[in-house]
Amino acid sequence: MLVEMIFAGFGGQGIMTLGMTLAYAGMIEDKNVAWIPSYGPEMRGGTANCNVIISDDVIGSPTTDTPGAVMVMNLPSFHKFEPKIKPGGTLIVNSSLISDVSKRDDIKSFYLDTAGVAKELGNLVFAGMVALGGLNEAMNLVKTESLEMALKKLLPEHRHKLIPLNVEALGRGAALVKNGS
Amino acid sequence: MSESQRELMKGNHAMCLGAIRSGARAYYGYPITPQNEATEYMSFHMPKAGGSFIQAESEIAAINMVFGAAAAGVRAMTSSSSPGISLKQEGISYIAMAELPCVIANVVRCGPGLGNIAPHQGDYFQATRGGGHGDYRTITLAPASVQEMAQLTYKAFDLADEYRNPSLILSDGVIGQMMEPVDLATIPAKDAPKKDWAVGLGQDKRERNVHTTIYLEPEDMAQMHLKLIDKYDRIRREVQYYEEFRTEDADILIVSYGNSSRVARTAIRHLREEGKVKAGMLRTISLWPYPYRILNEIASNYKAILVLEMNWGQMVEDVRLAIGDKTPIHFAGKHGGLLFTPAEIEEFVCAIDKDPNNPKTAWTPIR
Amino acid sequence: MSDVKTIAEPVQEKLVFDRPKSLTKRGFTYCPGCGHGVIHRLVAELIDEFGVQDRAIGMASVGCSVFSYWFFDCDFISCAHGRAPATATGVKRAHPDAFVFSYQGDGDLASIGMAEIMHAANRGEQITVIFVNNAIYGMTGGQMAPTTLENMVTTTSPLGRDPILAGGPIRMVEILANLDGVAFAARGSSSSPRNILKAKAYMKKAFRSQIEKKGFGIVEILSNCNTNWRKTPQEANKFIDEEMVKAFPLGVYKDVFADKSKK
Ligand SMILES: Cc1ncc(C[n+]2csc(CCOP(=O)(O)OP(=O)(O)O)c2C)c(N)n1
Repeated sequence: MLVEMIFAGFGGQGIMTLGMTLAYAGMIEDKNVAWIPSYGPEMRGGTANCNVIISDDVIGSPTTDTPGAVMVMNLPSFHKFEPKIKPGGTLIVNSSLISDVSKRDDIKSFYLDTAGVAKELGNLVFAGMVALGGLNEAMNLVKTESLEMALKKLLPEHRHKLIPLNVEALGRGAALVKNGS
Repeated sequence: MSESQRELMKGNHAMCLGAIRSGARAYYGYPITPQNEATEYMSFHMPKAGGSFIQAESEIAAINMVFGAAAAGVRAMTSSSSPGISLKQEGISYIAMAELPCVIANVVRCGPGLGNIAPHQGDYFQATRGGGHGDYRTITLAPASVQEMAQLTYKAFDLADEYRNPSLILSDGVIGQMMEPVDLATIPAKDAPKKDWAVGLGQDKRERNVHTTIYLEPEDMAQMHLKLIDKYDRIRREVQYYEEFRTEDADILIVSYGNSSRVARTAIRHLREEGKVKAGMLRTISLWPYPYRILNEIASNYKAILVLEMNWGQMVEDVRLAIGDKTPIHFAGKHGGLLFTPAEIEEFVCAIDKDPNNPKTAWTPIR
Repeated sequence: MSDVKTIAEPVQEKLVFDRPKSLTKRGFTYCPGCGHGVIHRLVAELIDEFGVQDRAIGMASVGCSVFSYWFFDCDFISCAHGRAPATATGVKRAHPDAFVFSYQGDGDLASIGMAEIMHAANRGEQITVIFVNNAIYGMTGGQMAPTTLENMVTTTSPLGRDPILAGGPIRMVEILANLDGVAFAARGSSSSPRNILKAKAYMKKAFRSQIEKKGFGIVEILSNCNTNWRKTPQEANKFIDEEMVKAFPLGVYKDVFADKSKK
């Protein structure tokens, strides 16, 4: 298995932490993982993004121009990364902020109303977790328990009480993908 | 690998953790991007480990603090990025002459001048040819992963002590700022060795210890030179680290290190999956001493050699030194702080495979 | 507000505020609320007022103002970290009639560049130094500076600056005022309009020191780094007025012009 992913959105959407959570979960499952914040020209243009790679083999290039999966949380990221997805790849779109729709028929696209679900859970901060749950379901990457353990590692102690809601957000995102959003 | 022993860490943090676990108890630094994570990490963790941390007033001061700590027998470290490493050269030269062990980390950015903070490999010559004034060398290790940031820094202290010589870690902003797992079992916490040559207390019970770098009489200096040369020769025989990747059946051999070697690995796998070219790689881990021996041994097994560096050709000179005219050497550089992409490496390899003697990409010192 | 539109009668246009000639058209790239913009403007106004734009040569230091040559419309050199006073010396000795100034941050001037500033001042170099003290390393992301206040938390003093381990804030103009080569040394602040006007008056004397060949002139200006202080610009300016001035008292520490009138 080798999955190269790009997570993108604007600063404040928790993009970096979402990527880290997935990488950490991969590590817990004994996979090789790499996480790298956007670098070079990628850094400009109003988007924050990170590359996450999960692999059975030793990871080569830590960055990718041809991701197998892309998760976009805002419109500029959609325009920037949707065209780069490898044929057969997966696109997770935050449809709460992105009304555009991919015209590509060689990728699988999912449109998740992350904000809608997050509001139901009581706080917009969960939107990213909804998207991550969707991505994880669509790509069949790691077990939810691993993500939960990752959150325990990554979140400071005083925020651990939020973990159950985060896990619920992951599940809701996964359900949206299962139901073919 | 037991999972509880693995931590997801930034390269710059892993490097510092490797240092502390190897018994380093002194760190002196000055802020500079893209190594700030190191100074910041040490400002908290070094005092916690019972060591001393100072944010020095400059890189010049930082390396001279390291000089003092090393002479006092403490495992000492400083880190910086290219412009700051240039400033440290004076101090490194003194430390090399005084034969004191320490570790210096360069999280390389793109120069010359202020350049930018993007990853680059332009400090290869500086790192492997001594860097400052005088006839000396520093052991130079080039990690290509976060795991190696921890492990090679840990190792760098051992080598520094073993040979009483400064060791250098040569990484870059990508390796420094990316996160990967570190297997903590590979860097068990230990105490630094005791040094009977260190300056310190209890002088009534021993000979005094003096560390100097001045030898006014040429004959004395020559003695010192011979001692150093003898040591460097020993290091050259004993320290040649590298990794071979798919070299056994390859037609084209890539030679690379650090960040670029990772992209090469991806390209090699892809070329083989597509059935295009059988390429392999010699990834050099010690840059000084350079693994000349293995390169010389295996060079003639390949149609051509492709040297990949994010600069306009520095390590390629070592490759040429290793193999002479045995096999055609080609060079592909990358500039400005941009990263190689697997696709462009694949293109180079295919072109060289078709035309191993193409003078357009062939590298030669003779112009 | 419903009566916004009532300003319908023709207004007689009178230009009261314009861009100084010595600033380029380029918009500042500093964080909103940062003091660098105001201080740039003061320098540019004075270059205009003294009519030296044709012979002004600036030294940019390394820090957030590393690109100050984007904004000043005159000859410029982007110097190595801390070395601006040395580079300025080289320029001034080559062109004694140029107006040579350096624009430096506190990390640049008071840490890595301590030797260069001390000796340029001691030689009485005929240069003008604008020293922006924001008590932190802005550009590299908020590390401790030599001017960081006691107990202030930064990314390299995570438990607060401990004066026993890291010393206390360095008062540069007080130190420099002791050197014979210094003609003018003062500390102002950019925290309020009134302080800004006062700072400009100080800077004017530092300009005169050079133009009238009296010697080395320096003005330190307390400035906010709201981003790395993690405060709003208003809170940050208040912090200058209430906390920073305790460690860095405002005022004139050396003034050749005043001394003369006393005699
Ligand atoms: C030799 C060298 N060391 C370190 C750096 C990294 N560096 C860039 S800006 C800076 C600090 C600037 O702080 P300050 O002078 O206070 O200015 P500010 O950014 O706060 O305006 C440092 C350490 C460098 N460019 N060169």
